[in-house]
Amino acid sequence: MNLNTIREIKRPRSSDEIRHWQDGYAWLAGGTWLFSEPQIHTHTLIDLETLGWRAIASGPGGIEFAATCKIAELYAFHPPAEWKAGQLIGECCRAFLSSFKIWNEATIGGNIVMSLPAGPMISLTVALEGTYTLLPRDGEAREVRAADFVTGNHANVLERGELLRSIHIPGTALAKSFAFRRSELTHLGRSSVLLIGTRGEPVGGLLLTITAATVKPIQLTFDGIPTAAQLCNAIDAAIPESIYLDDVHGSPAHRRHLTYHYAEQIRQELGA
Amino acid sequence: MNLQVNGKSFAATPAPGECLRVFLRDLGWFGVKKGCDAGDCGACTVWVNEKPVHSCLYPAFRAEGKEITTIEGLAKGGELHPMQRAFLDAQSFQCGYCTAGMIMTAASLSDEQKNDLPRALKGNLCRCTGYGSIRDAFAGVKNVAPDVAGGSRGASVPNPFAEAIVTGRARYTSDIPPMDGLLHLKVLRSPHAHAKILSIDRSEAMAVPGVVEVFTWEDVPRRLYSTAIHEDNRVDPDDTYLLDNVARFVGQRIVAVVADTEGAAEEGCRRLKVEYEILPAVFDPEEAMEPGAPVLHDDDGDSHILHPEKNVFLELHGEVGSVADGFAEADAIYEDTYNAPRQQHVHLETMQSIAWRAEDGRLHVRTSVQGPFIVKGKLCYLFGIMPADLHVFTERVGGGFGGKQDMMSEDLPLLATIKTGRPVKWEFTREEQFTGATTRHPMKTHVKLGAKKDGTLTAMQFRLVSNTGAYGNHGGETLANGMSGPWAIYKCPNKKGDGYAVYTNLQCGGGFRGYGTGQPTFAVESALDELAALLNVDPIEMRRKNMIGPDDKMESVLEGASDLTMGSYGLDQCVDAVEKALASGRGLPKPEGVDWLEGSGVALSMLDCVPPTEQRSGSEVALRPDGGYHFTVGSVEIGNGLVTAQQQVVAQVMGCPSARVTFLNADTDETPYDSGTFASVGMMVPTKAVENASVALREKMLAFAARTTGTKPEECRLDDGAVMCGDQRMPLAELHSAAKREGEELLCFRKAYGSPRTVAFMAYGVRLAVHRVTGEIRILFNVEAVDTGVVMNPNQVRGQVIGGVVQGIGWALQEKMVYNAAGAVVNPTLRNYRIPAFADAPVTEVFFADTYDDIGPLGAKSIAENTINPVAPAIGNALKAATGVRFTTLPFSEDRIFAKLQGFEPA
Repeated sequence: MNLNTIREIKRPRSSDEIRHWQDGYAWLAGGTWLFSEPQIHTHTLIDLETLGWRAIASGPGGIEFAATCKIAELYAFHPPAEWKAGQLIGECCRAFLSSFKIWNEATIGGNIVMSLPAGPMISLTVALEGTYTLLPRDGEAREVRAADFVTGNHANVLERGELLRSIHIPGTALAKSFAFRRSELTHLGRSSVLLIGTRGEPVGGLLLTITAATVKPIQLTFDGIPTAAQLCNAIDAAIPESIYLDDVHGSPAHRRHLTYHYAEQIRQELGA
Repeated sequence: MNLQVNGKSFAATPAPGECLRVFLRDLGWFGVKKGCDAGDCGACTVWVNEKPVHSCLYPAFRAEGKEITTIEGLAKGGELHPMQRAFLDAQSFQCGYCTAGMIMTAASLSDEQKNDLPRALKGNLCRCTGYGSIRDAFAGVKNVAPDVAGGSRGASVPNPFAEAIVTGRARYTSDIPPMDGLLHLKVLRSPHAHAKILSIDRSEAMAVPGVVEVFTWEDVPRRLYSTAIHEDNRVDPDDTYLLDNVARFVGQRIVAVVADTEGAAEEGCRRLKVEYEILPAVFDPEEAMEPGAPVLHDDDGDSHILHPEKNVFLELHGEVGSVADGFAEADAIYEDTYNAPRQQHVHLETMQSIAWRAEDGRLHVRTSVQGPFIVKGKLCYLFGIMPADLHVFTERVGGGFGGKQDMMSEDLPLLATIKTGRPVKWEFTREEQFTGATTRHPMKTHVKLGAKKDGTLTAMQFRLVSNTGAYGNHGGETLANGMSGPWAIYKCPNKKGDGYAVYTNLQCGGGFRGYGTGQPTFAVESALDELAALLNVDPIEMRRKNMIGPDDKMESVLEGASDLTMGSYGLDQCVDAVEKALASGRGLPKPEGVDWLEGSGVALSMLDCVPPTEQRSGSEVALRPDGGYHFTVGSVEIGNGLVTAQQQVVAQVMGCPSARVTFLNADTDETPYDSGTFASVGMMVPTKAVENASVALREKMLAFAARTTGTKPEECRLDDGAVMCGDQRMPLAELHSAAKREGEELLCFRKAYGSPRTVAFMAYGVRLAVHRVTGEIRILFNVEAVDTGVVMNPNQVRGQVIGGVVQGIGWALQEKMVYNAAGAVVNPTLRNYRIPAFADAPVTEVFFADTYDDIGPLGAKSIAENTINPVAPAIGNALKAATGVRFTTLPFSEDRIFAKLQGFEPA
């Protein structure tokens, strides 16, 4: 929709050009969220497209995604076959509520900084043990673990004006086996729960990432494969009832129920 | 900046925050539609450098140097794109509003994507078709039949707008170039569910550059009226003011601002300072009827509210026989309470109007409404305009479903035009459709049924409580309707019903496909299965034993108008067809795994084809100088296919191809009066008028031809393009000239009246699987058998049926409007209020009963509304059959049903 309060578009060559952050500024990536709702407190959009960041750089140590990498570019990217968990890229792209048309503009970074519980790029990068590079307006770039970035429904650790620059996914995580489970109330709709398990081979521990069901990602680390009871206890301990999401896309009780159900399936699948 | 659109160069500068959708429309590319303006519906899909995007989300400034393709640029060198051709052949549209975006998406798909259409089309919503005909386009199915002279009735002739729809040339309400001096209107809506307005400070709003005028309750005529559109306005309460000093729901319009741009009007709204005195609010109709509840309407006697002091707009009570005696002789009795919730219409074109004063000094309103003539009457009354000075009309309307059976977008633009002298446009946003428009009435039905051992019903009793919201508009008529058909379809000597239409501080209920019958149908059709189970009787046999036959009296609990008759009867065929289809085992197999449970269910529905209040229409049919025909009629084309059917009726009577018939409809200047296109009357009243006028014209033409050629009238007949008088063949163009020479006008005007009224029948059957752990439901097979008399256009009727079924599936399984404790809708967007997408829509089989209606035109009768009614209860019955659990509240979404499937209650 028209954002009628916007008075200016800035198109910097480098993000350093935007030093003095002001109220009413917003970084513009794909625009697929910004243009989907009135933004009455925003008057200036700062275009990230002109920064020309390289979308994807892949090397032996892992993959570096620019925050401005479009979902369509991500979906078209196929990591080396030995990185088995690389298949999670496709799974998580298909977990978007939005269609492939939106993917032509929407970005990985945009989905992450929106920090909605059902954001599949959060699920993907947390499960794959990613690290984000953040660019504050003053000072040096800093790194945060993907698992620590989202702090609540539509809330994260970004400081005022701080920009998500890139996402690093380590090859060690990509080399793991994985199991993926997802549920939604309408066919191909928004995720009500999205669980990913990974396990290093041949005898690594289970890493279970719970997203969509909870207001922020929850990650459980096990030394080996837990028993069913250990898994339940770990979920009980990590997820208080209060952080199961309550919205029109699923009730907390249902999300909780499915979390246990799918976690057990993942345990069995990766423990086999 | 420079860009290419459809191969043409443009130089224009968008506003900084402008989206590509609006930018392209401002350049004149009206094929780019606004469905949601939020990236959810796909109606605005265009290609940017060959890649499909939702142009409502695309920043216009980024289009610099790009090549844009809209639907208007898809055909190359006069040749339709293969996908346009496929949509044309399959007639993959009804209102056609979503079609441009649907085709732009479809035409961009790779072969791999075409193999997974549910995923490929998840970004495109259609509310009319149920996606059946869209699936056909991809399968290369041809849904059109040859347009043969004399063979129109029963042929799937194409929609006359088909080519315009697939090429983006079809013009909907806002698809006209902006007029000089056009102003845009926006409203400030109430943030409070119940509040008195103490003061409105407009000074800051007036100071916003571009704001021209601000209108509050003090600036409008203080005249009570109802927004509901009915021929007889006395059936609706006069409880509404154009703008009021009391807000009765969150979302009620409080102040209107007009400005040079939408942005300025929005800013003006934000700058208004309104001081409210917040009043206690009530949201539950039962609580609203209790002593001490907040009173919404302090009726001084002019509003026709039955019990304003207890918020009851209307109560209806009736009994035939004695239910006490009936229950006393029953071998089994079942009772429970069923909750049927709101549903928003989600017509893809939002409500909108443009008003202006033309050089002739008259006022004109171009609108998306379902009843332009009644709107004209209301506007004349409200503003004191002489009828001759006002013109109201529609062109193509992008869907209605009853949502446009209220005057909601016309009055304020007209007010602003009268006050400013300038043209004024008001387009509802999608959010406003959810907050400020109408919905299906939430209704609670307590049902009690009793029967003998063999299944024979002995008593039917119900209590129906309808939440009409803050205003009464359709509350009374939907209540009466809900107390009729669902109970009259079964024979039972003892019936009793009590109904209440109750005010609460929520948005208004309105007309919605089914018009009050879907909600109690959910209750009675569920209850019938429960009673059958108590008696160990097969649910289909239970229905056969009790449903009315062709010679039975149709009787509910109300003393109804006595003009309801059975012009045809096909219920038995419908039930047989559904039973046979379910038994066939067609459809998908049950998914593998022990956790998947399977069950089937059926439900029936009966529709009164015309409302009991008056309904009238008229049509003029003329022989054109070129030997074709032209008709005018006042009914509205909202995607119902009405003008196609009307063309077919003229063609059938005249023995010519449909394509020889032109028309003009829904225009208070140019067409005869019509009560409005709602209540499934399209076929029964306006089309009957078209038939009457056609028959009269045919007789007139034959009589004139006989006279001219000296032949006996009985030896004359119409042939394609000519009149045969004995052996003489006189081309119609010649007949027209001959008549003209003699001063004879070969045209006829005839009226039609909605009485007597007939009934239509329907049966729906579904087989589904439900996962007992997750609660997921998959529809494996579904069939709807319809008795709609002679099927005038099988493809169109099939589209109506599938569209109604899928809308019913949405209501049954997924659509849910959620309110917070303050009475505000929390999910007023299409990404949070999920109507069925392609992925949610199963393949639906359609069966037509073989009947001929004595009342409807050429043996046809109504179809549109009845299609939705039996869907939800049949799904509920199938769920019960699969799981042993009866669910009594819609929708049956996974998160609401899973707990009962595990045998425990949610915490």
